[in-house]
Amino acid sequence: MSELRQIAFYGKGGIGKSTTSQNTLAAMVHYYSQKILIVGCDPKADSTRLILHEKAQSTIMQLAAEAGTVEDLELEDVCKAGADEFNPDNTDITEGYIMCTESGGPEPGVGCAGRGVITAINFLEEEGAYDDELDFVSYDVLGDVVCGGFAMPIREGKAQEIYIVMSGEMMAMYAANNISKGILKYANTGGVRLAGLICNARMTDLEYDLAKQLAKALGTQMIHFVPRSNHVQRAELRRMTVVEFSPKSEQALEYKELARKIIANDLKVIPTPLEMDRLEDLLMEFGLEDDVEENAIGKKAEEA
Amino acid sequence: MQDVENIVNGQKLFLKPEYQQTLKNKTEFESATGATNPDKVDEIAEWTKTWDYREKNLAREAITVNPAKACQPLGAIMAGLGFENTMPYVHGSHGCVAYFRSYFTRHFKEPTPCVSDSMSESAAVFGGLANMKDGLRNCNAMYKPEHIAVSTTCMAEVIGDDLNAFVVGARENAEGELDDLPITYAHTPSFVGSHITGYDNMMKAMLEQLNPSRKDKVVDEERINIIPGFEPYLGSLAEIKEISSMFSDKIVMIGDHEKQWNTGAGEYHLYAGGTTLEDAKTAINAKTTISLQKYSTVQTAKTIKNKWKQGFETCNPIGLSGTDEFVMKLSELTGKDIPAKLATQRAQLVDAMQDSYPYMHGKKFAIYGDPDMLLGLVSFIVEMGGIPTHVLCHNAPRKGWAKDMQAIIDKSAWAEDCQIWVNKDLWHLRSLMFTEPVDFLIGNVYGKELYRDTGIPLIRIGFPIFDRHHLHRYSISGYKGALNLLTWITNGILDQLDEETKDIAKTDYFFDCVR
Repeated sequence: MSELRQIAFYGKGGIGKSTTSQNTLAAMVHYYSQKILIVGCDPKADSTRLILHEKAQSTIMQLAAEAGTVEDLELEDVCKAGADEFNPDNTDITEGYIMCTESGGPEPGVGCAGRGVITAINFLEEEGAYDDELDFVSYDVLGDVVCGGFAMPIREGKAQEIYIVMSGEMMAMYAANNISKGILKYANTGGVRLAGLICNARMTDLEYDLAKQLAKALGTQMIHFVPRSNHVQRAELRRMTVVEFSPKSEQALEYKELARKIIANDLKVIPTPLEMDRLEDLLMEFGLEDDVEENAIGKKAEEA
Repeated sequence: MQDVENIVNGQKLFLKPEYQQTLKNKTEFESATGATNPDKVDEIAEWTKTWDYREKNLAREAITVNPAKACQPLGAIMAGLGFENTMPYVHGSHGCVAYFRSYFTRHFKEPTPCVSDSMSESAAVFGGLANMKDGLRNCNAMYKPEHIAVSTTCMAEVIGDDLNAFVVGARENAEGELDDLPITYAHTPSFVGSHITGYDNMMKAMLEQLNPSRKDKVVDEERINIIPGFEPYLGSLAEIKEISSMFSDKIVMIGDHEKQWNTGAGEYHLYAGGTTLEDAKTAINAKTTISLQKYSTVQTAKTIKNKWKQGFETCNPIGLSGTDEFVMKLSELTGKDIPAKLATQRAQLVDAMQDSYPYMHGKKFAIYGDPDMLLGLVSFIVEMGGIPTHVLCHNAPRKGWAKDMQAIIDKSAWAEDCQIWVNKDLWHLRSLMFTEPVDFLIGNVYGKELYRDTGIPLIRIGFPIFDRHHLHRYSISGYKGALNLLTWITNGILDQLDEETKDIAKTDYFFDCVR
């Protein structure tokens, strides 16, 4: 087997990161028989729901809180096999499989979720969750890089390839740029690299061009433009990935293509994040409006 | 007031009438005055000695009262100070480091070199990289170490500071000042494990980061490493080295902090003794490494066994059989017979044990401390016919320790009367001592309160010991160390016997000069 690749999905909150990552990873298993461990690094613990067909019942931190300490946990308690075709024992469709863990964390407003991520990843490493059979470990990380804890997956010896999920709107691009700054910080001292933007399309005007330009400006590629499809929602309501729900659908084939590109991807760069002005210019260039005049800033629509 | 012609200490000073009056006046302002019923206080105090309270106490989940353990960076500092010209550097708040230093200093009565990068509010917000950049350079410029061993406090751990990236970053920023200086680092969150976990993490980190990778190792068939573990008895380190030297001059102690805390009067030097960095950097080449504290080197063992593919053994040379095993292990590994000198020491120990046996035999002990020291000490008590009624380990490791301890206790004729208490604190022990009393308590300085509460005499063995001098200079390891243990415990028993037989014309028919 090839060497274990550790990848991570970052992106603005609500962009469809968990949905995109699960669908993509599912495609990597379904079509390319990859063996994957998902490490959900989000207190909401929804990074594995579509693979397990249920919300992860027991997160590492939740069980640790019940047991008193994380040292009292066993790997089997927190590392669950995916449902149906994603289970290692089910080889009807694919030899590949997905193992699922969620770090979990505190309720909103209390405690420290970042520390939860550190504790969880240390636990998984010590207990040998990253075994030799695996092809990929994938981290799904919440929102922006908000504190040192959420940067744990990009430390030395952890995820080396970062995929940023974004769409063609201001705040998602702003977040993508910010995450690139985070990667840059760690790239200088370690092996972490930006491996591409995944555009999860909202189908706004010129979105494709905008994403492509941003990718170029950051020194990376837009690895795939995932069009919007109701299939995703339909599958999600059934707590399934599109790949499993409707493997022949066009949308499933989009994920298949993305999966292929990730497996074959060898463009890994130290990103070149933009200054805020430059980012706004980019948006102007490809955004809805033509140029916004200097004197229009701060003016209401009816005034203009 | 103090009289300049006759200065007295606090004990006598505060008995003077003016202080007595002040103390009396002060009670007026104390919150409980008049608010509590003294009879009720007495009643509750009595209730805390009952089985009823004990059950509630043992069911306690939320808090720790009087812990019998310290935190990770403390152990990391001891590990760092086991190497020559090494400055332990704690990435985090300086209050923690003041505590570590004074803790060691109160025990060893010696200065303890250690620096912090003094993270504050803004470092908590922006991360501690800036502190580390300045801190490492300052440390290097001020104290000229040949090696810096970085550990962390809780603060740096909670905000997720990445030591690897920080050390690399600090080097790049140092204008070449740090280029040739080895800087090793270990994450040591205080809220995980205890001081022995920190010792383990730091030792593992130093060995991994100072040594080349396995493909570059050159095996030296004769070399043996010995890692002493978190050893508060400096005499034990000397004793182990002495025994080792009887077998081979290629036995190297890795992490030898004996001299660091035993400097002589005269000009002060920041660094003293320690394993040479040359020996540290070639540790991978040894044929075998022996750990004298299995449970203080759990992670270090993984590096040695799995990454280095080196032989790894554990011994616990405390007590007769523990020392026997150690000596025989050295004989086996070096292929040399056991030296006559050691055989003599052993014979002398066994003779002494026979002399004291009647006094220790059948005595009940409550004993607490670090996991590995307890394994050795309980083994020795069982050898002497003592009954380890309560064996309490607050920082007992999750796997294996209780089983190892049970195997030792099973050798006692009173095995069924003995209980092992894992992850319990000294307030739990108080309940145990009231409900199922023992004759003697063995532990560190914090048993002093238990002695006052329960009246059960404390024999001081363990770490820390702040209130008796120079015990740390002795050995508790090897045959000579066992003799020290025997001396302390037996004489503790005899002191108590005198105490109980000193009443004139009442109990003094047994107040004998010959014991």
